[in-house]
Amino acid sequence: MQKNTNPKANLPQQQVALPYKKSIEIAVKSIKSRFFRSLITTMSLILAISFYSYIKTNSLIITGIFFSENKTAIQQLSHLGYEIPDNGEAYTATPKERWILVLSLLVCVVGIVNTQLMAVADRFREIGTMKCLGALDRFILRLFLIEATLQGFIGATIGSVAGTVIALLGSLFKFGTVAMIFISINDVIMSITTAIFLGCFLSIIGVLYPALLAAKMQPVEAMRGKD
Amino acid sequence: MKSLNNIVRVDKVLKDFTMGKTIVSVLKGIDLEIKTGEYVSIMGPSGSGKTTLFNMIGGLDKPSSGSVFIDEIDISQLDAYELAWLRCRKIGYIFQTFNIIQVMTALENVTLPMVFAGIADDQARDKGMELLELVGLKERFQHKPFELSGGQQQRVAVARALANDPAIILADEPTGNLDLATGDEIINLLKMLSREKGVTIISATHDLKMLNVSDRVIWISDGKIEKIEHRDELSISLGQIGEK
Ligand SMILES: Nc1ncnc2c1ncn2[C@@H]1O[C@H](COP(=O)(O)OP(=O)(O)O)[C@@H](O)[C@H]1O
Ligand SMILES: [Mg+2]
Repeated sequence: MQKNTNPKANLPQQQVALPYKKSIEIAVKSIKSRFFRSLITTMSLILAISFYSYIKTNSLIITGIFFSENKTAIQQLSHLGYEIPDNGEAYTATPKERWILVLSLLVCVVGIVNTQLMAVADRFREIGTMKCLGALDRFILRLFLIEATLQGFIGATIGSVAGTVIALLGSLFKFGTVAMIFISINDVIMSITTAIFLGCFLSIIGVLYPALLAAKMQPVEAMRGKD
Repeated sequence: MKSLNNIVRVDKVLKDFTMGKTIVSVLKGIDLEIKTGEYVSIMGPSGSGKTTLFNMIGGLDKPSSGSVFIDEIDISQLDAYELAWLRCRKIGYIFQTFNIIQVMTALENVTLPMVFAGIADDQARDKGMELLELVGLKERFQHKPFELSGGQQQRVAVARALANDPAIILADEPTGNLDLATGDEIINLLKMLSREKGVTIISATHDLKMLNVSDRVIWISDGKIEKIEHRDELSISLGQIGEK
């Protein structure tokens, strides 16, 4: 049998591609069609981020009240156990609150990893099919990352707005309008923005391992087993 | 180069699976040459290794030893990019379980391989509609898989397999999950493609109706080729297709 000098000679130098626009389109479609599953994935994120925003906004409100020098409100605060920060520093959450916050974010990531692993298992066949149609590992990875970012963005937006609103309304109830007057809108917006970034970040962290598993899967492995 | 018109060549392919401590030998030395434009059926009982061979030829799995050549290129030599390119442009796959992507419409399923191939949106759309028309599902282009019957899903899969004008269509029991009438439709569709587009069709099956349309039937049993039969005369059977 005659040997080719270059065994790949008749392979054109073309490559498969998945433009970002298309990736986003597919990711959005996938989230929409699996709305319920996406909701479950984002639920723990919504809760954790709303807790984060609640704590953040509360700190802003309390700082505002301290700066207001409104006697009754400040007295109310010390009754509730809040310590007046020295030399005009901003009030920050108590160690206990921070500890719970870290825990809740951790639980949230674990929850995301869990639901995403299930989502990947559900989508073995889809992933395998895409690979048979010419998808590279990184297309699959990218699709999962985009989905997670979108889910993170939506979940964190809902969560942070909810947490902020609850904190504001709660303080308005407890302290009256003094809680609102000295709080800076910029700080609130900043806190919401931070929360959204944090949410996207957590969502991406949570999907990383499941998405890598999905991307690395061989088409035959993916196609075998359940429908 | 004497073997240039062999689009597929399978050379001494062995495939073992390790399950715990036992090694199961599934393909026990398969040699096979398939010419461009041929319609080949791989017949054999369930468990004889048809799907395993299908996966080897399609570049979806690697032989334990031996080689598979597509257009005289040893596909085990290809890197991930070249392999993806081969799957995207050179081979169209049809599966027993249809494997239509559930979250996408019929048209989106058909255009997906064209997206991977870097074809422009409107061009892919036109081609997709053309292919859906070819398989008789033009009106259904916006339907999701769950709104389609098994036979219709398989026709979408056929259209999708044709998206990038592959040289080879690999079909693993394409009629296995269909009733007799819809199975016949798919068989006729494949035959029409082989005749009109000159696509090489390799179909694993135990559907005896495939015999009528095949140029060649390769009987395998227990991981070995039992016999190879030519069925040239019967392949020009007529009738059923003309109606649509
Ligand atoms: N990944 C695998 N691991 C272990 N055994 C396998 C695997 N894939 C297939 N087999 C075995 O190989 C044999 C042939 O399977 P298959 O190629 O699917 O046959 P067919 O498609 O002809 O029904 C079967 O006995 C099956 O159990
Ligand atoms: Mg099989």
